[in-house]
Amino acid sequence: MIDVMLLLIIVVCAIFALFMKDLLSATIILGIYSFIMATIFTRLNAVDVAFTEASVGAGITSVLMIAALSRTKRYEYHYTKLQRRKPSALFLKVISLLLVIITGAVLVYGTIDMPEFGDPEAPANKHVSPRYIAESEHETSEKNIVTAVLAGYRGYDTLGETTVIFTAGICVILLLRRRINT
Amino acid sequence: MCYIAAEEKDKHMREHIIIRIVSKFFCPFIQLYAFYVIAHGDLGPGGGFQGGVILGASIILYVIAFGMDEGRKRLSQKASDIFISTGVLIYAGIGLLCILAGGAFLEYAELPLGSHHLASHLGIYGIEIGVGITVAFVMITIFFETAKKERFDRQS
Repeated sequence: MIDVMLLLIIVVCAIFALFMKDLLSATIILGIYSFIMATIFTRLNAVDVAFTEASVGAGITSVLMIAALSRTKRYEYHYTKLQRRKPSALFLKVISLLLVIITGAVLVYGTIDMPEFGDPEAPANKHVSPRYIAESEHETSEKNIVTAVLAGYRGYDTLGETTVIFTAGICVILLLRRRINT
Repeated sequence: MCYIAAEEKDKHMREHIIIRIVSKFFCPFIQLYAFYVIAHGDLGPGGGFQGGVILGASIILYVIAFGMDEGRKRLSQKASDIFISTGVLIYAGIGLLCILAGGAFLEYAELPLGSHHLASHLGIYGIEIGVGITVAFVMITIFFETAKKERFDRQS
């Protein structure tokens, strides 16, 4: 029951964020969206993912979007009635609606083949998960399996992720930093 | 002219007094929580990434409340640039130390720190700290470079 409620709130948030003309409000609504998403992840017992969603999705992303908004305009461009009724604009709208419907249908079709939620016989739960659950504390001496996988078994991947973030920082410095000639 | 500017500045200062005091009051607690999250990644949820993001957010909060110039006084551009690369360096350095100690890349158990158990634990601890440093200072840098300076310094 509560899961359905949370999913409904998410859909409402997404629709509101789309139709909001004030981009600052849209950013705040996206923050709420991420926070409810974090609640859903907690309901699914994925606490680490929920934590990341709450701190990155709701926290930092909103702040960075506000920072980006401070360089642009706060309000969306307002189309006049004439501009909205133009044939080319209508054509674009129909095309994008079709595209969204097709993508949604393909995604729903993809979920039909998926195993039951939480099914212990699912391939994902039979291949490496038992090894992690049984051996991770002995092999990496970490009590949290998620940390054991991220830092131990997949340590090389995490190094790559850190390098990606490092590269993002360097790129931002190279592209946006203003040089002051002294 | 200069006098009017100073007066304007003073007026804005008074307008934002609640935001400033609250953010100044909360900053150390948020940072403490960030360190808690980084340090307890092996016991509960969280870890270097989440802790780093929270640490970055605390400094961004300070900058939003006090303006960019005040923020740069606390954390110079040079220092944050150096910290960005320090994190990755710690991570890769621990990996290379593992090779020097006779193991594979990032095979923490081979580090010469007493037992294999302790070495593996400390190795993972070290890389979490590295991830945290890089993430925190990259977030701060992105904010500093993306935000329009005038927009945030108007009130300071």
